[in-house]
Amino acid sequence: MTAAAAEAARTSDGWARRFAGPVRHAAKLLFSVALTFLGLTCVTFFIGRVIPIDPVLAIVGDKASIETYNRVRIEIGLDQPIPVQYWRYLTKVLHGDFGVSVITARPVLDDLLRVFPATIELSMFALIIGVVLGIPLGVVAATHRGRWQDQVIRFASLLGYSMPVFWLGLIGLLTFYAKLGWVEGPGRLDIGFDDIVPTVTGLLTVDSLIEGDSDVFWNSISHLVLPSSILGYLSLAYVARMTRSFMLGQLKQEYILATLAKGLSPFRVVWVHALGNVWVQLVTVIALTFGSLLEGAVLTETVFAWPGLGLYMKNSLFNADLNAVLGGTMLVGVVYIGLNMLSDLLYPLVDPRAREQR
Amino acid sequence: MTDTVAWRGWLLDPAPASRRQARLGRWYRAWMAFRRNGLAMTGLAIVLALVLMAIVAPLIADPASANLQVLEDRLQPWSSAHWVGTDELGRDILVRVLFGARITLTIVALVSLIVVPIGLSIGLPAGYFGGWIDAVLMRITDIFLSFPRLVLALAFAAALGPGIENAVIAIALTTWPPYARLARAETLTRRRSEFIEAAELQGASHLRIILTQIVPLCLPSVIIRLTLDMAGIILTAAGLGFLGLGAQPPAAEWGAMVSSGRQVLLDQWWVATVPGLAIFVTSLGFNLLGDGLRDVADSRSA
Repeated sequence: MTAAAAEAARTSDGWARRFAGPVRHAAKLLFSVALTFLGLTCVTFFIGRVIPIDPVLAIVGDKASIETYNRVRIEIGLDQPIPVQYWRYLTKVLHGDFGVSVITARPVLDDLLRVFPATIELSMFALIIGVVLGIPLGVVAATHRGRWQDQVIRFASLLGYSMPVFWLGLIGLLTFYAKLGWVEGPGRLDIGFDDIVPTVTGLLTVDSLIEGDSDVFWNSISHLVLPSSILGYLSLAYVARMTRSFMLGQLKQEYILATLAKGLSPFRVVWVHALGNVWVQLVTVIALTFGSLLEGAVLTETVFAWPGLGLYMKNSLFNADLNAVLGGTMLVGVVYIGLNMLSDLLYPLVDPRAREQR
Repeated sequence: MTDTVAWRGWLLDPAPASRRQARLGRWYRAWMAFRRNGLAMTGLAIVLALVLMAIVAPLIADPASANLQVLEDRLQPWSSAHWVGTDELGRDILVRVLFGARITLTIVALVSLIVVPIGLSIGLPAGYFGGWIDAVLMRITDIFLSFPRLVLALAFAAALGPGIENAVIAIALTTWPPYARLARAETLTRRRSEFIEAAELQGASHLRIILTQIVPLCLPSVIIRLTLDMAGIILTAAGLGFLGLGAQPPAAEWGAMVSSGRQVLLDQWWVATVPGLAIFVTSLGFNLLGDGLRDVADSRSA
């Protein structure tokens, strides 16, 4: 803290004091987010250069004459010094230009926007499952510390931590789709239901509700329930574990004893007072969980043939469609950075100690 | 019997006579705390079994048999000849899982060997010198920390080409940042200690202080973190293998084995599930072990 800022904080009224910290923090954060974004573009740019595919050859083919080769090489700017090339790349990225996908022959950004809603839908349902189940389980584990409930919940979340998600997905498909027939199989919809509902949000469950088509809605839910439960289990494991440790920290505090002594019911003390104080930290956890769900989606989508970002990136990878892979990396990276920023912003707004430290 | 008692008494002596006795005694107390933790012991047993499997694999089965294709025996269910059946090329799944343990352990070991030195060499100077060195190094760390791990590993693996070495590099590149942070935090807490000042007054160079005074104090928490991370490393490696970016066929990599078993999942489910089970049990073992180690370390500091 600079001397001037300290002076300002001392003399100004309560409101300014309350918000000077967060505002300064936000400014700092924006700076670091911009730096991180630059770092991300550096990495993708670097990956684009070290890849052992000659981008010129990819365009002209290996039968082209040396003149054509050189002309294209100059056209796409490979004769320029690396900083110039990076600058060009950065300006393009900032304009949303990730190049053209080699497979679909469309701008990568269009492709990404087309497939991303499927991933969002999957991750959102998974996140809801993880949060709705994970938080209560974490609280119960904390209040029953050391007893069998705690052991069971801890072990269940440990299993979730250790589970290869693609394997769990395959077992799920085998059991609930192939053997029991409880849910629909891979994909987002049965083939007969494709393209019935006009795309509004890209989330099939929402779109079918807007259109009022209950058949499509239930079909999409039936396709969604297995992959999102499996991803949800992984986020449940993390959320429950973090909730437990936050709650243990709260339950040790003296105010718990005070509220109990005051005569409040233990239920209210735990679920209202203690959990209320934990929410702030949980928001951070939930934001980060969402980020990790995007990662898990790459594997889950491969298993469930779910036409989202993960499957798109995977297919691009094997077709040496570098623009698409890097575009996807960039998109996930940006979402990740955004989520990190969000949780960083929320944290000091509610926790005064974090405000002091920064 | 009296021997054992004397030996324990020597280890648990509250007034150790030598540095070695004190250190061994501390380890012994930690071990006794660890031994009481049933889950942690299970984890240790799993990890030891895995290491044993990797070591004895060539002794109990011919290395060539892992890739031996017997097409008339393809997709057999379990029998006395093939305990968990055969895959789509008639290879014995159990033998392949056994040899897969070698690949998995190699990946874990290589990643650890890369990650710890990188993390320490970034984190230690940052915490020790502070100022702009700290700012620059931690900014770089934050940038790498804010990337989604699997996706970045995917992009790296795509750029470097599929293969086990590149998978290791890709995983290592995305794993080191927490170690840098950890090493920095540990250094910061010791930086102003009197024993560091004493060493400085004796004229020890910065490098010497870092290597002889700070590194040994950082190592326990780094090792615990590493054990906890190993499950994640295994899962990421298996994920890359499953996507076809890890070890290439015919290598017996668990993730790739699950992937190749997908085609016959509905009829010959064991082809995909058995190697997946190996991944799961292994990562569970490392998680249990890491949790146990952390609990021991926590109770000691509390």
